[in-house]
Amino acid sequence: MHVLLPRTLEEALEMKASAPPAVPIAGGTDLMVELNFDRTRPQAIMEISRLPELNVWRRENGTFSLGAGVPYSRIVRDLTEFRPLVEASRTVGSPQIRNRGTVGGNLGTSSPAGDALPVLAAYDAEVVLAKAGGKIRRLPFAQFMTGPKKNALAPDELILGTRWKVVRGPGSFSKIGTRNAMVIALASLCLVLDEDGRSVRVALGSVGPTILRAPDAESFAARAMETAGVWRDPFGPLPTRVIEEFGERVAAAAKPIDDVRGTAAYRRHACAVLAQRALRWALDDRKLTGAR
Amino acid sequence: MLIKARINDEWREADVWPGASLLFFLRETLGLVGSKNACEQGECGSCSVWLDGELVCSCLVLAAQAHGHEVRTVEALATDDRLHPVQEAFIQTGAVQCGFCTPGLIVAVADLLEHDPRPSETIIREALAGNLCRCTGYAKIIDAVKIAAGRMQK
Ligand SMILES: Cc1cc2nc3c(=O)[nH]c(=O)nc-3n(C[C@H](O)[C@H](O)[C@H](O)COP(=O)(O)OP(=O)(O)OC[C@H]3O[C@@H](n4cnc5c(N)ncnc54)[C@H](O)[C@@H]3O)c2cc1C
Ligand code: FES
Ligand code: FES
Repeated sequence: MHVLLPRTLEEALEMKASAPPAVPIAGGTDLMVELNFDRTRPQAIMEISRLPELNVWRRENGTFSLGAGVPYSRIVRDLTEFRPLVEASRTVGSPQIRNRGTVGGNLGTSSPAGDALPVLAAYDAEVVLAKAGGKIRRLPFAQFMTGPKKNALAPDELILGTRWKVVRGPGSFSKIGTRNAMVIALASLCLVLDEDGRSVRVALGSVGPTILRAPDAESFAARAMETAGVWRDPFGPLPTRVIEEFGERVAAAAKPIDDVRGTAAYRRHACAVLAQRALRWALDDRKLTGAR
Repeated sequence: MLIKARINDEWREADVWPGASLLFFLRETLGLVGSKNACEQGECGSCSVWLDGELVCSCLVLAAQAHGHEVRTVEALATDDRLHPVQEAFIQTGAVQCGFCTPGLIVAVADLLEHDPRPSETIIREALAGNLCRCTGYAKIIDAVKIAAGRMQK
Protein backbone atom coordinates (compact mmCIF):
# COMPACT_ATOMS: atom_id res chain seq x y z
CA MET A 1 0.00 0.00 0.00
CA HIS A 2 1.11 3.55 -0.61
CA VAL A 3 -0.28 7.02 0.00
CA LEU A 4 -0.60 9.70 -2.67
CA LEU A 5 -0.41 13.29 -1.48
CA PRO A 6 -1.63 15.62 -4.25
CA ARG A 7 -1.51 19.35 -3.51
CA THR A 8 -4.11 20.52 -6.00
CA LEU A 9 -7.27 19.13 -7.53
CA GLU A 10 -5.56 18.99 -10.90
CA GLU A 11 -2.75 16.86 -9.49
CA ALA A 12 -5.30 14.65 -7.75
CA LEU A 13 -7.27 14.10 -10.98
CA GLU A 14 -4.07 13.31 -12.88
CA MET A 15 -3.18 10.74 -10.23
CA LYS A 16 -6.68 9.28 -10.45
CA ALA A 17 -6.34 9.02 -14.22
CA SER A 18 -3.04 7.15 -14.00
CA ALA A 19 -3.92 5.05 -10.94
CA PRO A 20 -7.72 4.64 -10.80
CA PRO A 21 -7.69 2.13 -7.93
CA ALA A 22 -6.36 4.80 -5.54
CA VAL A 23 -9.05 5.28 -2.89
CA PRO A 24 -9.59 8.89 -1.84
CA ILE A 25 -9.62 9.72 1.85
CA ALA A 26 -11.30 12.94 3.00
CA GLY A 27 -12.36 13.04 6.66
CA GLY A 28 -11.61 9.34 6.96
CA THR A 29 -14.58 8.75 9.27
CA ASP A 30 -15.88 5.95 7.05
CA LEU A 31 -12.72 4.77 5.34
CA MET A 32 -10.50 4.54 8.45
CA VAL A 33 -12.95 2.20 10.15
CA GLU A 34 -12.68 -0.10 7.13
CA LEU A 35 -8.89 0.11 7.25
CA ASN A 36 -8.60 -0.35 11.00
CA PHE A 37 -10.73 -3.48 10.87
CA ASP A 38 -8.97 -4.91 7.87
CA ARG A 39 -12.12 -4.83 5.76
CA THR A 40 -10.30 -3.12 2.92
CA ARG A 41 -6.70 -3.10 1.74
CA PRO A 42 -6.48 -0.68 -1.19
CA GLN A 43 -3.28 -0.63 -3.22
CA ALA A 44 -3.17 3.11 -2.80
CA ILE A 45 -4.90 5.80 -0.77
CA MET A 46 -5.10 9.38 -1.96
CA GLU A 47 -5.27 12.11 0.68
CA ILE A 48 -7.75 14.78 -0.46
CA SER A 49 -8.83 16.35 2.83
CA ARG A 50 -6.89 19.56 2.26
CA LEU A 51 -7.41 20.12 -1.46
CA PRO A 52 -8.34 23.81 -1.54
CA GLU A 53 -10.72 23.35 -4.50
CA LEU A 54 -12.91 20.97 -2.47
CA ASN A 55 -13.03 23.11 0.65
CA VAL A 56 -15.11 25.96 -0.73
CA TRP A 57 -18.68 26.97 -1.49
CA ARG A 58 -20.05 29.39 -4.02
CA ARG A 59 -23.29 31.17 -4.92
CA GLU A 60 -24.01 31.71 -8.58
CA ASN A 61 -27.21 32.75 -10.43
CA GLY A 62 -29.54 31.45 -7.75
CA THR A 63 -27.62 28.20 -7.24
CA PHE A 64 -25.40 27.11 -4.39
CA SER A 65 -22.36 24.86 -4.82
CA LEU A 66 -20.93 23.04 -1.82
CA GLY A 67 -17.42 21.61 -2.10
CA ALA A 68 -17.10 17.90 -1.33
CA GLY A 69 -14.49 18.55 1.38
CA VAL A 70 -16.34 21.00 3.61
CA PRO A 71 -16.68 19.34 7.04
CA TYR A 72 -20.01 19.24 8.87
CA SER A 73 -18.80 21.54 11.65
CA ARG A 74 -18.19 24.31 9.13
CA ILE A 75 -21.61 23.79 7.57
CA VAL A 76 -23.20 24.10 11.01
CA ARG A 77 -21.23 27.26 11.76
CA ASP A 78 -21.31 29.06 8.42
CA LEU A 79 -24.20 27.87 6.25
CA THR A 80 -27.12 28.70 8.57
CA GLU A 81 -29.18 29.82 5.58
CA PHE A 82 -29.68 26.14 4.67
CA ARG A 83 -31.53 24.98 7.71
CA PRO A 84 -32.28 21.36 6.74
CA LEU A 85 -28.62 20.86 5.80
CA VAL A 86 -27.47 22.38 9.08
CA GLU A 87 -29.92 20.24 11.07
CA ALA A 88 -28.72 17.11 9.28
CA SER A 89 -25.05 18.03 9.74
CA ARG A 90 -25.58 18.68 13.41
CA THR A 91 -26.92 15.18 13.99
CA VAL A 92 -23.87 13.50 12.43
CA GLY A 93 -21.82 11.60 15.01
CA SER A 94 -20.06 13.76 17.60
CA PRO A 95 -17.98 16.96 17.49
CA GLN A 96 -14.93 14.85 16.63
CA ILE A 97 -16.76 13.23 13.70
CA ARG A 98 -18.26 16.53 12.50
CA ASN A 99 -14.85 18.22 12.50
CA ARG A 100 -13.63 15.66 9.95
CA GLY A 101 -16.61 14.14 8.15
CA THR A 102 -17.70 15.66 4.85
CA VAL A 103 -20.70 15.65 2.53
CA GLY A 104 -18.36 14.35 -0.19
CA GLY A 105 -17.59 11.36 2.03
CA ASN A 106 -21.30 10.85 2.76
CA LEU A 107 -21.89 10.76 -1.02
CA GLY A 108 -18.86 8.52 -1.55
CA THR A 109 -20.16 6.01 0.98
CA SER A 110 -23.77 6.30 -0.27
CA SER A 111 -25.28 4.65 2.78
CA PRO A 112 -29.10 4.86 2.88
CA ALA A 113 -28.53 6.18 6.43
CA GLY A 114 -26.23 9.02 5.31
CA ASP A 115 -27.75 12.07 6.97
CA ALA A 116 -26.80 14.63 4.33
CA LEU A 117 -28.37 12.58 1.57
CA PRO A 118 -32.13 13.13 2.18
CA VAL A 119 -31.36 16.85 2.24
CA LEU A 120 -29.60 16.69 -1.12
CA ALA A 121 -32.48 14.63 -2.51
CA ALA A 122 -35.06 17.14 -1.27
CA TYR A 123 -32.97 20.04 -2.63
CA ASP A 124 -33.08 18.35 -6.06
CA ALA A 125 -29.30 18.66 -5.91
CA GLU A 126 -26.94 17.45 -8.55
CA VAL A 127 -23.64 15.77 -7.78
CA VAL A 128 -20.68 17.25 -9.61
CA LEU A 129 -18.01 14.77 -10.70
CA ALA A 130 -14.68 15.61 -12.30
CA LYS A 131 -11.91 13.81 -14.07
CA ALA A 132 -8.59 14.80 -15.57
CA GLY A 133 -8.63 17.18 -18.50
CA GLY A 134 -11.33 19.40 -17.01
CA LYS A 135 -14.13 16.94 -17.78
CA ILE A 136 -17.15 17.54 -15.56
CA ARG A 137 -20.28 15.39 -15.16
CA ARG A 138 -23.36 16.57 -13.30
CA LEU A 139 -25.80 13.92 -12.16
CA PRO A 140 -29.12 14.46 -10.42
CA PHE A 141 -28.79 12.95 -6.94
CA ALA A 142 -31.20 10.12 -7.77
CA GLN A 143 -28.99 9.07 -10.68
CA PHE A 144 -25.84 9.33 -8.60
CA MET A 145 -26.93 7.08 -5.74
CA THR A 146 -28.13 3.84 -7.22
CA GLY A 147 -28.41 1.52 -4.21
CA PRO A 148 -27.10 0.79 -0.73
CA LYS A 149 -23.41 1.81 -0.86
CA LYS A 150 -23.65 2.02 -4.64
CA ASN A 151 -23.18 5.07 -6.79
CA ALA A 152 -22.31 6.17 -10.29
CA LEU A 153 -18.83 7.49 -9.48
CA ALA A 154 -16.35 6.22 -12.09
CA PRO A 155 -12.93 4.94 -10.96
CA ASP A 156 -11.11 7.86 -12.59
CA GLU A 157 -13.42 10.51 -11.11
CA LEU A 158 -13.57 12.52 -7.91
CA ILE A 159 -16.64 14.13 -6.38
CA LEU A 160 -16.14 17.88 -6.66
CA GLY A 161 -19.23 18.68 -4.68
CA THR A 162 -22.94 19.19 -5.00
CA ARG A 163 -25.06 21.99 -6.40
CA TRP A 164 -28.69 22.98 -5.98
CA LYS A 165 -31.08 25.74 -6.90
CA VAL A 166 -31.74 27.86 -3.82
CA VAL A 167 -35.46 27.92 -3.06
CA ARG A 168 -37.42 30.30 -0.86
CA GLY A 169 -39.36 28.61 1.92
CA PRO A 170 -39.11 26.71 5.20
CA GLY A 171 -37.74 23.21 5.63
CA SER A 172 -36.34 20.78 8.16
CA PHE A 173 -34.44 17.55 8.68
CA SER A 174 -35.35 15.09 11.39
CA LYS A 175 -34.05 11.72 12.37
CA ILE A 176 -35.21 8.87 14.60
CA GLY A 177 -32.68 6.82 16.55
CA THR A 178 -32.05 5.41 19.98
CA ARG A 179 -29.98 8.38 21.19
CA ASN A 180 -29.81 12.10 20.49
CA ALA A 181 -26.22 11.84 19.28
CA MET A 182 -23.88 9.28 17.75
CA VAL A 183 -26.68 7.35 16.22
CA ILE A 184 -27.33 5.79 12.83
CA ALA A 185 -30.77 6.85 11.66
CA LEU A 186 -33.56 4.33 11.90
CA ALA A 187 -35.56 6.66 9.73
CA SER A 188 -34.92 10.21 8.62
CA LEU A 189 -36.83 12.80 6.68
CA CYS A 190 -36.16 16.08 4.96
CA LEU A 191 -39.03 18.34 3.98
CA VAL A 192 -38.63 21.48 1.89
CA LEU A 193 -41.35 23.92 0.79
CA ASP A 194 -40.73 25.86 -2.40
CA GLU A 195 -42.81 29.03 -2.10
CA ASP A 196 -42.26 30.18 -5.66
CA GLY A 197 -42.84 26.80 -7.28
CA ARG A 198 -45.67 26.11 -4.78
CA SER A 199 -44.33 22.63 -4.29
CA VAL A 200 -43.61 20.37 -1.35
CA ARG A 201 -40.62 18.04 -1.43
CA VAL A 202 -40.00 15.12 0.90
CA ALA A 203 -37.08 12.70 1.00
CA LEU A 204 -36.64 9.69 3.29
CA GLY A 205 -33.45 8.11 4.60
CA SER A 206 -32.82 4.68 6.14
CA VAL A 207 -36.13 3.24 4.95
CA GLY A 208 -35.12 1.82 1.60
CA PRO A 209 -32.17 0.74 -0.53
CA THR A 210 -31.56 4.35 -1.47
CA ILE A 211 -32.94 7.75 -0.52
CA LEU A 212 -36.62 7.86 -1.48
CA ARG A 213 -38.75 10.79 -2.55
CA ALA A 214 -42.50 10.63 -1.94
CA PRO A 215 -43.95 12.16 -5.14
CA ASP A 216 -47.54 11.16 -4.44
CA ALA A 217 -47.47 12.73 -0.97
CA GLU A 218 -45.69 15.78 -2.35
CA SER A 219 -48.30 16.60 -4.96
CA PHE A 220 -51.12 15.74 -2.56
CA ALA A 221 -49.85 18.31 -0.03
CA ALA A 222 -49.19 20.98 -2.64
CA ARG A 223 -52.69 20.57 -4.07
CA ALA A 224 -54.31 20.58 -0.64
CA MET A 225 -52.48 23.79 0.20
CA GLU A 226 -53.71 25.28 -3.05
CA THR A 227 -57.30 24.28 -2.36
CA ALA A 228 -57.14 25.67 1.17
CA GLY A 229 -55.52 28.89 -0.08
CA VAL A 230 -52.58 28.34 2.24
CA TRP A 231 -49.91 29.21 -0.32
CA ARG A 232 -51.34 32.76 -0.49
CA ASP A 233 -52.37 33.09 3.13
CA PRO A 234 -50.13 31.31 5.62
CA PHE A 235 -52.83 31.73 8.26
CA GLY A 236 -55.43 29.93 6.18
CA PRO A 237 -56.17 26.67 8.01
CA LEU A 238 -55.13 23.37 6.48
CA PRO A 239 -57.48 20.59 7.68
CA THR A 240 -55.86 18.22 10.19
CA ARG A 241 -57.02 15.36 8.00
CA VAL A 242 -54.76 16.66 5.22
CA ILE A 243 -51.73 16.54 7.46
CA GLU A 244 -52.62 13.02 8.57
CA GLU A 245 -53.13 11.83 5.04
CA PHE A 246 -49.86 13.45 4.03
CA GLY A 247 -48.13 11.33 6.70
CA GLU A 248 -49.86 8.19 5.46
CA ARG A 249 -48.85 8.87 1.87
CA VAL A 250 -45.23 9.54 2.86
CA ALA A 251 -45.17 6.28 4.83
CA ALA A 252 -46.54 4.47 1.77
CA ALA A 253 -43.49 5.63 -0.21
CA ALA A 254 -41.08 3.95 2.24
CA LYS A 255 -39.60 0.55 1.43
CA PRO A 256 -38.29 -0.42 4.83
CA ILE A 257 -36.80 -3.70 5.97
CA ASP A 258 -36.45 -5.39 9.36
CA ASP A 259 -32.90 -5.18 10.68
CA VAL A 260 -30.97 -5.00 13.96
CA ARG A 261 -31.92 -1.36 14.39
CA GLY A 262 -35.66 -1.74 13.99
CA THR A 263 -38.57 -3.37 12.25
CA ALA A 264 -40.04 -2.38 8.92
CA ALA A 265 -43.38 -1.65 10.58
CA TYR A 266 -41.81 0.72 13.10
CA ARG A 267 -39.85 2.48 10.37
CA ARG A 268 -42.97 3.01 8.29
CA HIS A 269 -44.80 4.39 11.30
CA ALA A 270 -41.84 6.68 12.05
CA CYS A 271 -42.02 8.07 8.50
CA ALA A 272 -45.65 9.07 8.99
CA VAL A 273 -44.90 10.77 12.30
CA LEU A 274 -41.82 12.59 10.95
CA ALA A 275 -43.74 13.73 7.88
CA GLN A 276 -46.65 15.14 9.87
CA ARG A 277 -44.33 16.95 12.26
CA ALA A 278 -42.22 18.35 9.45
CA LEU A 279 -45.26 19.67 7.59
CA ARG A 280 -46.66 21.26 10.77
CA TRP A 281 -43.31 22.90 11.52
CA ALA A 282 -43.13 24.27 7.99
CA LEU A 283 -46.67 25.64 8.15
CA ASP A 284 -45.91 27.28 11.51
CA ASP A 285 -42.70 28.78 10.14
CA ARG A 286 -44.66 30.32 7.30
CA LYS A 287 -46.95 31.99 9.82
CA LEU A 288 -43.92 33.54 11.54
CA THR A 289 -42.26 34.69 8.35
CA GLY A 290 -45.45 35.52 6.44
CA ALA A 291 -44.52 33.10 3.64
CA ARG A 292 -41.52 35.25 2.82
CA MET B 1 6.40 5.65 4.81
CA LEU B 2 8.23 8.43 6.59
CA ILE B 3 5.87 10.71 8.51
CA LYS B 4 7.01 14.01 9.91
CA ALA B 5 4.62 15.99 12.08
CA ARG B 6 4.82 18.71 14.67
CA ILE B 7 3.64 17.02 17.82
CA ASN B 8 3.25 19.04 21.01
CA ASP B 9 5.49 21.77 19.56
CA GLU B 10 8.26 19.44 18.54
CA TRP B 11 8.94 18.05 15.04
CA ARG B 12 8.94 14.26 15.20
CA GLU B 13 9.51 11.80 12.40
CA ALA B 14 9.22 8.07 12.08
CA ASP B 15 8.55 5.35 9.58
CA VAL B 16 5.09 3.73 9.64
CA TRP B 17 2.99 1.43 7.50
CA PRO B 18 1.12 3.71 5.01
CA GLY B 19 -2.27 2.47 6.23
CA ALA B 20 -1.55 3.27 9.90
CA SER B 21 -3.74 5.68 11.86
CA LEU B 22 -2.48 8.77 13.62
CA LEU B 23 -3.35 7.00 16.88
CA PHE B 24 -1.06 4.10 16.00
CA PHE B 25 1.68 6.55 15.01
CA LEU B 26 1.40 8.38 18.34
CA ARG B 27 1.18 5.34 20.59
CA GLU B 28 3.12 2.56 18.94
CA THR B 29 5.73 4.54 17.04
CA LEU B 30 6.38 7.62 19.15
CA GLY B 31 5.50 6.13 22.53
CA LEU B 32 2.94 8.83 23.33
CA VAL B 33 0.53 6.48 25.10
CA GLY B 34 -1.72 9.13 26.67
CA SER B 35 -4.22 8.84 23.83
CA LYS B 36 -6.01 5.52 24.28
CA ASN B 37 -7.13 2.91 21.82
CA ALA B 38 -10.49 1.49 22.80
CA CYS B 39 -12.59 1.06 19.67
CA GLU B 40 -10.71 2.23 16.57
CA GLN B 41 -14.01 3.23 15.01
CA GLY B 42 -14.69 6.75 16.20
CA GLU B 43 -17.28 5.72 18.77
CA CYS B 44 -15.54 6.24 22.10
CA GLY B 45 -13.39 9.38 21.82
CA SER B 46 -10.61 7.95 24.00
CA CYS B 47 -8.11 8.74 21.23
CA SER B 48 -9.12 12.44 20.97
CA VAL B 49 -6.34 14.85 19.97
CA TRP B 50 -6.12 18.18 18.15
CA LEU B 51 -5.10 18.17 14.50
CA ASP B 52 -4.31 21.72 13.34
CA GLY B 53 -6.33 22.92 16.33
CA GLU B 54 -9.43 20.81 15.60
CA LEU B 55 -10.68 18.13 17.94
CA VAL B 56 -10.53 14.77 16.13
CA CYS B 57 -10.47 11.04 16.80
CA SER B 58 -6.87 10.12 16.01
CA CYS B 59 -7.96 6.57 15.16
CA LEU B 60 -9.87 8.01 12.18
CA VAL B 61 -6.99 10.09 10.82
CA LEU B 62 -4.51 8.40 8.53
CA ALA B 63 -1.03 9.08 9.93
CA ALA B 64 -0.10 10.37 6.46
CA GLN B 65 -2.83 13.02 6.77
CA ALA B 66 -0.87 14.53 9.67
CA HIS B 67 2.33 14.68 7.63
CA GLY B 68 3.61 18.25 7.82
CA HIS B 69 0.87 19.23 10.28
CA GLU B 70 0.37 20.19 13.88
CA VAL B 71 -0.86 17.66 16.46
CA ARG B 72 -1.53 18.37 20.12
CA THR B 73 -2.15 15.48 22.50
CA VAL B 74 -3.21 15.12 26.13
CA GLU B 75 0.49 15.02 27.05
CA ALA B 76 0.70 18.74 26.19
CA LEU B 77 -1.81 19.86 28.80
CA ALA B 78 0.17 19.61 32.03
CA THR B 79 3.31 21.68 32.42
CA ASP B 80 6.32 20.37 34.40
CA ASP B 81 4.82 20.66 37.84
CA ARG B 82 1.27 21.81 37.19
CA LEU B 83 -1.75 19.94 35.97
CA HIS B 84 -4.19 21.61 33.59
CA PRO B 85 -7.30 22.98 35.39
CA VAL B 86 -9.45 20.36 33.65
CA GLN B 87 -7.20 17.60 34.97
CA GLU B 88 -7.34 19.06 38.48
CA ALA B 89 -11.12 19.30 38.35
CA PHE B 90 -11.43 15.65 37.24
CA ILE B 91 -9.39 14.56 40.25
CA GLN B 92 -11.33 16.79 42.61
CA THR B 93 -14.79 15.49 41.64
CA GLY B 94 -13.78 11.86 41.28
CA ALA B 95 -14.48 11.86 37.56
CA VAL B 96 -11.80 9.22 37.09
CA GLN B 97 -12.49 5.57 37.87
CA CYS B 98 -10.69 3.06 35.66
CA GLY B 99 -9.29 6.08 33.81
CA PHE B 100 -9.37 4.64 30.34
CA CYS B 101 -11.72 7.29 28.95
CA THR B 102 -10.06 10.08 30.92
CA PRO B 103 -7.38 11.36 28.52
CA GLY B 104 -9.90 11.63 25.69
CA LEU B 105 -12.44 13.34 27.90
CA ILE B 106 -9.85 15.78 29.26
CA VAL B 107 -8.91 16.75 25.70
CA ALA B 108 -12.58 17.08 24.65
CA VAL B 109 -13.38 19.19 27.72
CA ALA B 110 -10.33 21.42 27.20
CA ASP B 111 -11.45 21.89 23.58
CA LEU B 112 -14.98 22.76 24.67
CA LEU B 113 -13.77 25.34 27.20
CA GLU B 114 -11.44 26.91 24.65
CA HIS B 115 -14.46 27.53 22.40
CA ASP B 116 -17.11 28.16 25.05
CA PRO B 117 -15.77 29.24 28.46
CA ARG B 118 -19.25 29.11 30.09
CA PRO B 119 -21.08 26.13 28.62
CA SER B 120 -24.57 25.24 29.82
CA GLU B 121 -25.18 21.66 30.90
CA THR B 122 -26.95 20.93 27.60
CA ILE B 123 -23.95 22.20 25.68
CA ILE B 124 -21.60 20.13 27.86
CA ARG B 125 -23.60 16.97 27.21
CA GLU B 126 -23.74 17.60 23.49
CA ALA B 127 -20.01 18.43 23.32
CA LEU B 128 -19.11 15.19 25.10
CA ALA B 129 -21.47 12.98 23.10
CA GLY B 130 -18.49 11.40 21.35
CA ASN B 131 -16.70 10.35 24.53
CA LEU B 132 -17.88 7.17 26.22
CA CYS B 133 -17.25 6.29 29.85
CA ARG B 134 -18.20 2.85 31.13
CA CYS B 135 -17.58 3.61 34.81
CA THR B 136 -18.64 6.97 36.14
CA GLY B 137 -22.15 7.51 34.84
CA TYR B 138 -20.98 10.95 33.66
CA ALA B 139 -22.35 12.98 36.59
CA LYS B 140 -18.90 13.58 38.12
CA ILE B 141 -17.49 14.37 34.70
CA ILE B 142 -20.09 17.07 34.15
CA ASP B 143 -19.41 18.45 37.64
CA ALA B 144 -15.71 18.58 36.74
CA VAL B 145 -16.41 20.54 33.56
CA LYS B 146 -18.35 23.14 35.54
CA ILE B 147 -15.59 23.47 38.14
CA ALA B 148 -12.89 23.75 35.49
CA ALA B 149 -14.92 26.37 33.62
CA GLY B 150 -15.24 28.42 36.79
CA ARG B 151 -11.51 28.23 37.55
CA MET B 152 -10.43 29.03 34.02
CA GLN B 153 -12.56 32.20 34.07
CA LYS B 154 -10.41 33.65 36.81
C1 LIG C 1 -18.61 7.30 15.20
C2 LIG C 1 -19.20 7.62 13.87
C3 LIG C 1 -20.46 8.21 13.81
C4 LIG C 1 -21.03 8.51 12.59
N1 LIG C 1 -22.27 9.09 12.59
C5 LIG C 1 -22.84 9.39 11.40
C6 LIG C 1 -24.14 10.00 11.38
O1 LIG C 1 -24.74 10.28 12.42
N2 LIG C 1 -24.67 10.28 10.17
C7 LIG C 1 -24.01 10.00 8.99
O2 LIG C 1 -24.53 10.29 7.92
N3 LIG C 1 -22.81 9.42 9.00
C8 LIG C 1 -22.20 9.11 10.17
N4 LIG C 1 -20.98 8.52 10.16
C9 LIG C 1 -20.36 8.17 8.88
C10 LIG C 1 -19.43 9.24 8.31
O3 LIG C 1 -18.98 10.14 9.31
C11 LIG C 1 -20.09 10.04 7.19
O4 LIG C 1 -20.51 9.19 6.17
C12 LIG C 1 -19.16 11.12 6.61
O5 LIG C 1 -19.93 11.98 5.79
C13 LIG C 1 -18.01 10.55 5.80
O6 LIG C 1 -17.20 11.63 5.35
P1 LIG C 1 -15.60 11.52 5.34
O7 LIG C 1 -15.09 12.76 4.70
O8 LIG C 1 -15.08 11.21 6.68
O9 LIG C 1 -15.43 10.26 4.37
P2 LIG C 1 -14.18 9.30 4.11
O10 LIG C 1 -14.14 8.23 5.12
O11 LIG C 1 -12.94 10.10 3.89
O12 LIG C 1 -14.64 8.71 2.70
C14 LIG C 1 -15.80 7.91 2.59
C15 LIG C 1 -15.89 7.33 1.19
O13 LIG C 1 -16.08 8.36 0.24
C16 LIG C 1 -15.01 8.41 -0.69
N5 LIG C 1 -14.77 9.83 -0.94
C17 LIG C 1 -14.63 10.82 -0.01
N6 LIG C 1 -14.49 12.01 -0.60
C18 LIG C 1 -14.52 11.78 -1.94
C19 LIG C 1 -14.43 12.63 -3.10
N7 LIG C 1 -14.28 13.95 -3.00
N8 LIG C 1 -14.48 12.05 -4.32
C20 LIG C 1 -14.65 10.70 -4.44
N9 LIG C 1 -14.76 9.87 -3.40
C21 LIG C 1 -14.70 10.40 -2.16
C22 LIG C 1 -13.87 7.68 -0.04
O14 LIG C 1 -13.02 7.10 -0.98
C23 LIG C 1 -14.61 6.63 0.78
O15 LIG C 1 -14.97 5.56 -0.05
C24 LIG C 1 -20.35 8.22 11.39
C25 LIG C 1 -19.09 7.66 11.43
C26 LIG C 1 -18.50 7.36 12.66
C27 LIG C 1 -17.12 6.76 12.70
S1 FES D 1 -10.31 4.64 19.75
FE1 FES D 1 -10.72 6.33 18.49
S2 FES D 1 -12.77 6.77 19.01
FE2 FES D 1 -12.43 4.93 20.08
S1 FES E 1 -13.48 5.96 34.12
FE1 FES E 1 -13.59 3.96 33.29
S2 FES E 1 -14.32 4.34 31.31
FE2 FES E 1 -14.48 6.25 32.21
